[in-house]
Amino acid sequence: MNNSNKKTTSRRDFLQKGLLAGTAITASVIGLKKVFSEEEMQSADKSIVFSPNGKVFTVDTNKLCEYTAPPPTNDGARIGIAGKKFVMVIDLAKCDGCKACTECCQAMHFTEPDKEWIKVFKMQDAETLIPYYFPKPCFHCDNPPCTKVCPVNATFKRQDGIVLIDNERCIGCRSCMAACPYSTRFFNWSHPVQSKEVTNIPYSPEHGFPRRMGTVEKCDFCPHMIRQGKMPTCVDGCPMGAIWFGDQNEDAVTNSEGITMRLSQLIEDNAAYRHLEDLGTEPRVYYLPPKNRKYPKPDMNEQPQLQKVKHGEMNMGNMQM
Amino acid sequence: MEHHSNLTIEQQKIERERMRAAVLKPLRTSTIWSKLWIFFLVTVIGIGLYAYYIQLSNGLKVTALRDYASWGAYISNFIFFVAISLCGSLISSILRLTNFEWHWPITRIAEIIAVSAIMFAGLIIIVDMGRPDRIYYLFMYYRLQSPIVWDVVVVATYFTVSFLFLYFPLLPSIAMCRDLLTEKPKWQRKMYKILALGWDGNHAQWKIVKRCVNILSILVIPLAVSIHTVTAWLFATTLRPGWDSTNFGPYFVAGAFLAGTGCVILGMAVFRKAYHLEEYITERHFNFMGKLMVFLCLIYTYFNVNEYLVPAYKMKVAESHHLNELFTGNEAWLYWSIQIIGMALPALLLLLKPFRKPIPLTVIAFFVVVGAWLKRYIIVSPIMLNPYLPIQNVPDNWKHYFPTWVEIAIISASLAGVLFIITLFSRFFPIISNWEVLEGKGIDLEELDEKTQK
Repeated sequence: MNNSNKKTTSRRDFLQKGLLAGTAITASVIGLKKVFSEEEMQSADKSIVFSPNGKVFTVDTNKLCEYTAPPPTNDGARIGIAGKKFVMVIDLAKCDGCKACTECCQAMHFTEPDKEWIKVFKMQDAETLIPYYFPKPCFHCDNPPCTKVCPVNATFKRQDGIVLIDNERCIGCRSCMAACPYSTRFFNWSHPVQSKEVTNIPYSPEHGFPRRMGTVEKCDFCPHMIRQGKMPTCVDGCPMGAIWFGDQNEDAVTNSEGITMRLSQLIEDNAAYRHLEDLGTEPRVYYLPPKNRKYPKPDMNEQPQLQKVKHGEMNMGNMQM
Repeated sequence: MEHHSNLTIEQQKIERERMRAAVLKPLRTSTIWSKLWIFFLVTVIGIGLYAYYIQLSNGLKVTALRDYASWGAYISNFIFFVAISLCGSLISSILRLTNFEWHWPITRIAEIIAVSAIMFAGLIIIVDMGRPDRIYYLFMYYRLQSPIVWDVVVVATYFTVSFLFLYFPLLPSIAMCRDLLTEKPKWQRKMYKILALGWDGNHAQWKIVKRCVNILSILVIPLAVSIHTVTAWLFATTLRPGWDSTNFGPYFVAGAFLAGTGCVILGMAVFRKAYHLEEYITERHFNFMGKLMVFLCLIYTYFNVNEYLVPAYKMKVAESHHLNELFTGNEAWLYWSIQIIGMALPALLLLLKPFRKPIPLTVIAFFVVVGAWLKRYIIVSPIMLNPYLPIQNVPDNWKHYFPTWVEIAIISASLAGVLFIITLFSRFFPIISNWEVLEGKGIDLEELDEKTQK
């Protein structure tokens, strides 16, 4: 079983790489032609564009064309996007627990229903404290306990701050699941249920599918969307605009309403905190406390299967920023 | 210890022949019981292999493991095997170095338990892997900062050293089998011949063997301590409340010595009865092992106080859920039975001489060993089920853990596998190291052989 598996994988990889290289070359040639051929007709509309190395150009708008960067190779997926430090801010005052983020994420990543890469908890830190909704993606910690314990470098931290899993490398020891204090990781306990269309998509650690039995998966901050200049799907899908996403180096985060804010300002104005700061994991996800909420507070007795919130140490009044 | 026997050469010769006859007798005869026993073990192993086949083809879904209790009985079983494998180093090495002459007849029992347990520790961890087909990645892509890699290194090293620790003192015994078991089939005689490495009992060979055994006795102690400490670090290096404990290393080592001693007592009792070795494994040995067990129970109790009562005094929120679960919650009956029947009661009862007789001691050791297995279960699953964030929006069966028949079958097969290796070993090699026992009686076999040949 193992041998045949391996063979098909490597053949598929080969085909996939060949195809990718082909597309990349064609795409870039077309792009250059469109941008630089002076013979084409002039237009009055000018657009200002940034080149990837930070230079500013003014070009005719009708000379611009859609350019989709090819998905990175496995090695590229391990390195990450240069110059970026991705960061997420979740505004608990705006979250009404509708779980649209979870649904978008599950649809986009083709996850099974019991795997919620971003999960909305109902929390209440103590009897006397208010209950609130708590959406929890992977925190993409800067001091990740999960990547430390991985014996084969299947889960890794990239230069853009994202923590990913390579399911072609994962040996399924589940040390990372034991090590993650946020219960963020999921395991493919059986043959994953996925359609033919999904299995035909070439695998990349940047989107995590097609998934494989016996390997770990988790929230990936959607780097394949970021490469297309789009937001992670949970950010886009939040009807309340409660999730902000952006680049810490640019100090800018944007939400689904298209509002862009200074990250530092958002943190300062709202006294943001990070979950379980005292564990020293340095999460890349910030929370804004549920102050002046725009929604009714969750009913903690609503769902009988919910356990009482465990951790009193992370109460809102006790932030250490 | 080098006390010379007052026996005459003739008496020494008689002693040597009696001993030879006694240790070779089980190799020469086979009872219906031993055949039934082997048949039983092979059946259990067969069922386990079938269960593993089911697990391989359907994935770990066939276990009760889910995303919260992602480690369970396999990992508990792994720690248990590592734990009992420490008995080899304790009995053979520490008692050897501290000059307790009474340990000679039981060293080999301890050593073969150690070797077979550590073998199956390695196997059971592979069973727990989601992708056993990628096991070689551990060597291709290993990262030294991973506790799993530390474990691979120490388990492999400990296996090698404990194997040599079994093999070197075995050489004179293999040579004895080669020379005396002439009625055995050809392949078996050939095996003895190869394994004996041309042993003819000359002075240089004795010198090498004794020196190697001495070196290994010293080498195996830090290794044994490190193997179980590293196993404890698999847990203690995480941030999980309940595992996040600086006490874990010594706590595991202390528990391992207790569990290992329990296993050796069981081994002594079974071999004594089955192979009629009452003359060599005497009540005196049980008495001493009982005393040793009191001592180890008390040490383990000390570490348990540190592990449970100190955090319980503070009752930090994160830890309180797991501690309450153990003290008064769902796991309470298991926790208190283990602590009382598997640790406290043995320490008290074994203070009294009548309980250190073979039969009561064997019964107590049995409870200690079962308690030791369950203790490792308690250390793994309840803690995984008490994470920092509440367990919400998941199917009900994710919130509890109780192994499925597949897990139970595979674990039973691994236990049967350990017993099978020990049984097989004892059918081919003397389970008592006769030359060492004679040496303990002041008879130098090398000298005696030289004198009698002349």
